[in-house]
Amino acid sequence: MKKLGSRLLAGPYIIWIVLFTVIPLCLIVYNAFTNSDGSFTLGNVLAVTDYVNAKPLFLSLNMSLIVTLVCFLLSFPLALVLSRYSSNKNSIIVMIFILPMWMNFMLRTLAWRLILLNNGFLNKGLGILGFNPVYLMNTKAAVILGTAYDYFPFMLLPIYNALVKIDKDIINAAKDLGATGFIILKRIMLPLSLPGIASGIIMVFVPSMSEFVIADMLGGNKVYLIGNVIEQAFNSGYADVHLGSGLSLSLMFLIIISMVIYKFFDKGEGGHGLW
Amino acid sequence: MANKLIELVGIKKSFGNKTILDEMDLFMNENRFLTLLGPSGCGKTTTLRIIGGFEMPDCGKVLFEGRDITNTPPNGRPFNTVFQKYALFTHMNIEENISFGLKIKNKPKNYIKDKVKYALKLVNLDGFEKRMPDSLSGGQQQRIAIARAIVNEPRVLLLDEPLGALDLKLRQDMQYELIRLKNELGITFIYVTHDQEEALTMSDTIVVMNKGYIQQIGTPEDIYNEPQNAFVADFIGDSNIINGVMLEDRLVEILGTKFKCVDEGFGNNTPVDVVVRPEDIVLTKPGKGIIDGRVVSAIFKGVHYEMEVEACGFEWLVHSTVLVEPGTKAGMWIDPFNIQIMNKPESEDEEIFIEE
Amino acid sequence: MVKSTKKTIEKIYMVLILLLLYVPIALLIVSSFNASERNKAVWGGFTLKAYIELIHDEIVMGALYNTLLLAFGASFIATILGTLVCIGMINMKNRSKTIIMGITQIPLLNSDIVTGIALMLLFTKFADLSFATMLIAHVTFIIPYVVLSVYPKVLQVNLSTYEAALDLGASHLYAMWKVVVPEIMPGILSGFLLAFTMSLDDFSVTYFTKAPGLNTMSTMINAEYRKGIQTEIYALSTIVFLIVLFVLFIINRRSEKLYRQQEESGVVL
Repeated sequence: MKKLGSRLLAGPYIIWIVLFTVIPLCLIVYNAFTNSDGSFTLGNVLAVTDYVNAKPLFLSLNMSLIVTLVCFLLSFPLALVLSRYSSNKNSIIVMIFILPMWMNFMLRTLAWRLILLNNGFLNKGLGILGFNPVYLMNTKAAVILGTAYDYFPFMLLPIYNALVKIDKDIINAAKDLGATGFIILKRIMLPLSLPGIASGIIMVFVPSMSEFVIADMLGGNKVYLIGNVIEQAFNSGYADVHLGSGLSLSLMFLIIISMVIYKFFDKGEGGHGLW
Repeated sequence: MANKLIELVGIKKSFGNKTILDEMDLFMNENRFLTLLGPSGCGKTTTLRIIGGFEMPDCGKVLFEGRDITNTPPNGRPFNTVFQKYALFTHMNIEENISFGLKIKNKPKNYIKDKVKYALKLVNLDGFEKRMPDSLSGGQQQRIAIARAIVNEPRVLLLDEPLGALDLKLRQDMQYELIRLKNELGITFIYVTHDQEEALTMSDTIVVMNKGYIQQIGTPEDIYNEPQNAFVADFIGDSNIINGVMLEDRLVEILGTKFKCVDEGFGNNTPVDVVVRPEDIVLTKPGKGIIDGRVVSAIFKGVHYEMEVEACGFEWLVHSTVLVEPGTKAGMWIDPFNIQIMNKPESEDEEIFIEE
Repeated sequence: MVKSTKKTIEKIYMVLILLLLYVPIALLIVSSFNASERNKAVWGGFTLKAYIELIHDEIVMGALYNTLLLAFGASFIATILGTLVCIGMINMKNRSKTIIMGITQIPLLNSDIVTGIALMLLFTKFADLSFATMLIAHVTFIIPYVVLSVYPKVLQVNLSTYEAALDLGASHLYAMWKVVVPEIMPGILSGFLLAFTMSLDDFSVTYFTKAPGLNTMSTMINAEYRKGIQTEIYALSTIVFLIVLFVLFIINRRSEKLYRQQEESGVVL
């Protein structure tokens, strides 16, 4: 008898990912290791160690770590509170918290521009309250704020999903054995939600690491990230496809290394956590 | 009479507009194996969770040795629970699971180590300290859940259908295991199950529940031999439950035939429920019994044949080691002592269940 | 007493985060009605001008149209390809499965910017950038979401129901369509929805693969936000937000209905 699911069904997809995922990556690798005249070079890949490129890279790393940390610190307690509400009603409550995710990401960033502009809503509000204005626009803080705001739901959702999956009786069992709030949090909730935390960290860290448009909108040209460097390498008057590819490859490499470190916590469930 | 260890007074509990327990009073004595038995939705698990402190009753009190513990959280009660689906901490190994409660109480390391060893020995799983829960079979996980509870030396062990997920053979083994554990530990077990056989095998006392009400409390023998109403008779073992009329003391009319019985005090011409266990019906040659009938079907059940005999418009369930071929006529004789007379139920709930 | 203080702190925390999440959106909406052109933090009177101009603005409406067309088209293609491969993987050896799932993860773990650049390098080598290249690019980066949503459902499919359908005389195709597909439908739907959301929200991939003059909402905003049509964009946000709210309302109504049905069918605790 013919079994369910002929392997042929996988054909179109395999062709698609070979054509549009594998080959393009090979093109990046090829461009990264060649010069404009086609000869082999390590210069483009090593360019990341130049001061002009290393500085934005470290700034990116630094800022995306802060963004990830801020998102985690804000969303873990929230996920904890949300997961405690009885399971039928909470879908709507959780929805309310991730609803901004469905607003276009550029619109969300634009909103922060309105707030942070030197004569924007923040300083207007501070003025009414009698405080001195703060000039956050075009600073690191503004970009961190905007990025954290954009990616917050991506941290909240996987952690929430991991927490609601924990059997209520596991927590009851811990209580029954004498555990109180803090011990339950530390020894039960936190370890059992690690897979969710790990995928939340990945989903916030990876995109903020290569962010460039938020830096554009909220950082002006004062905050120059590795994403901006790469974008400039392709889209400016001095476009250099080979340098851009080399830097992209270095960025990929860095992200993969970070991933491997986190994979350690993530027991094969990463990526499934979002829905 | 022994001391009342736990007492429930006027417990009421509802979820939404659904009443689960209504005005329940119950007490348990020290060192007993007490089983809460009933169909799903009868409130037995809720009762256990109220005792454990995982649910708050809407009103009523839970007393432990006369002390009110209704508002005491689970960790303040000298009870431990074995949960339905084990609820082992999957991210900890067996040793960490079992020592969880002891570590919280800041017991010395050596003490914990000895205790874990002792507990594992008690549940026949020596040497499993470093294994992870996921690598164990259902039965083994169950034993670990028990070990994790008993190392804390609870006064009462609460067990919520702990054998529900195991297969038949394993379940039977675990039943003996639990009885042995109880005798060795000398503490009170409160056990929840819907399996009447399990209840009859293990318990000192059985509390039969239905629709939030206690139907009968008694020893397994009492419950089986002297069911107080049709629900208990129907729920425990197979039985023929027939409408009858109590003509006078020691004489009942069933389906137009008069039967001698041993019950008294029902008054004259009172409608009653009559219960006859299938193994108490003796098949005879036609005309030699009290009533005659025709065998409709016969199924071999191993120890006995299960036959349906049609007599006076009722299909009697009969268990007998002797086969009477379907289609043949047979007489039926019942010892007066084996005819159980019960008052008609007053509560509508009981009625509903029988119709179902 | 202690319990109620804890509850209060929890409530305050939730409200604070909600404020943080919604105040920016509220300000966008307020700004769309503000007649003051230069500084939106100063109230210059109520106006609907932006909304009227929005409808007639070809740049904005064109971008909106492109965004929706792209999102629908790309998630449709991605859902079909992604579902097919998941069903196809049932009978594969573990190694092939691991390889396919591994490659599937690439666009997820790659940052959008790298995915965008890689595709741009490919497209510019062989063809001009066009709507088609944008569509291909979107399908490529949203497909993993479909696969990751559908695959766990496929693993749960009860093979014996499929065999039972064959046993009852159904053809393979019929059995697949009537028995297997309904079983994995929740996964397909959530995969589609997720893919759709990702496509709507994307900036980086579109930015690198778009044809000159063709814009989605994201790239349009990026090009225009410093210029004069700001207020129209705020008006657009208001409309987008209302649509999102409406969709949420519908989903909530449906899930409430589902919950009530479950309760009525007598699920006992």
